[in-house]
Amino acid sequence: MSEILSSTLFFGVTVSLLTYWAGMLLKKRFRSPVFNPLLISVILTIIILLVLDIEYTTYNDSAKYLSYLLTPSTVCLAIPLYQQLTILKKNWKAILFGIAAGTLASLGSILLLSVAFGLTHEQYVTLLPKSVTTAIALGISGELGGMVAITSACVVITGILGNAIAESVLKLARIDDPVAKGLACGTSAHAIGTAKAMELGELEGAMSSLSIAVAGVMTVLAATFFAGLY
Amino acid sequence: MKYVKQLAVILFISFLGELLNALLPFPIPASIYGMVILFVGLLTRIIRLEWVKEAGLFLVEIMPVFFIPVCVGLMDSWVDIAPFWFPLVVIVCLTTVIVMVVTGRTAQSILRRNKTEKKEERHE
Repeated sequence: MSEILSSTLFFGVTVSLLTYWAGMLLKKRFRSPVFNPLLISVILTIIILLVLDIEYTTYNDSAKYLSYLLTPSTVCLAIPLYQQLTILKKNWKAILFGIAAGTLASLGSILLLSVAFGLTHEQYVTLLPKSVTTAIALGISGELGGMVAITSACVVITGILGNAIAESVLKLARIDDPVAKGLACGTSAHAIGTAKAMELGELEGAMSSLSIAVAGVMTVLAATFFAGLY
Repeated sequence: MKYVKQLAVILFISFLGELLNALLPFPIPASIYGMVILFVGLLTRIIRLEWVKEAGLFLVEIMPVFFIPVCVGLMDSWVDIAPFWFPLVVIVCLTTVIVMVVTGRTAQSILRRNKTEKKEERHE
């Protein structure tokens, strides 16, 4: 089975899209943020691969063509950002301080929890950049002597989790301003969180896109200092 | 034809991002360089909105789909994570919620303060 499927170019892409579609139908049917299309698609795809005994690399030979569009689509986040320029200019102070507070909260809470769990320095710096977008996080982790493969997994888990819980958490914390909602999504869960912010609204999406870049750069600047603390 | 032109512009900017990523020594991904190039291009009107708009907003809209393969890749990460999976999962979950709440509340309180200040100015 795996041999036949590994020779097809469309198996992985089809499974990814169909499971995502199933997720969208579930979300529409139950109108609940618990049914997150991305999360449902990922879980269903993993189950299908395990049941059919197909290796990830076989699946990815086909699915990688979806990943190929990740860079251009991230580039295009500049479009909604440009369309929201007046709001960006008017609220620059809240945007800058909001993202800075989030970045410090991320690094600080990882420090405290790592101390609490008695992690090694290597494990600590592996987790340190986990809230920023993959490529920046891997650069920081590698630089500080972390385990890059685990950092990459943590970044992805953070993203899926942020994407799945954003609506509920924002509601519980009574964060209802669209600018604040977008900043919260992007700073905590980078580009995967931004995909959720885009669903919440164009302004939320634009603010979230901005947060990916700003939080990324702030983390690059602050991570070395935090790495020296434990 | 409109979409061919728009895709060409978007992919060209992605290519410029890759070049910067290869040439500069910072751990900043091609996509972020590209995002900055497009944003600055639009601001300075070197790039016009109609050169990228429809194709670009379509890519943004279906963006979650492009994350599926990377996320499914977690099925192979278990071996690496297994030795300290418990603290790892707790830390990842807690900090994600903490960062979301701290960022959102901080931004929101500054936004609200700005709004009330402006209202007071008007009353004076």
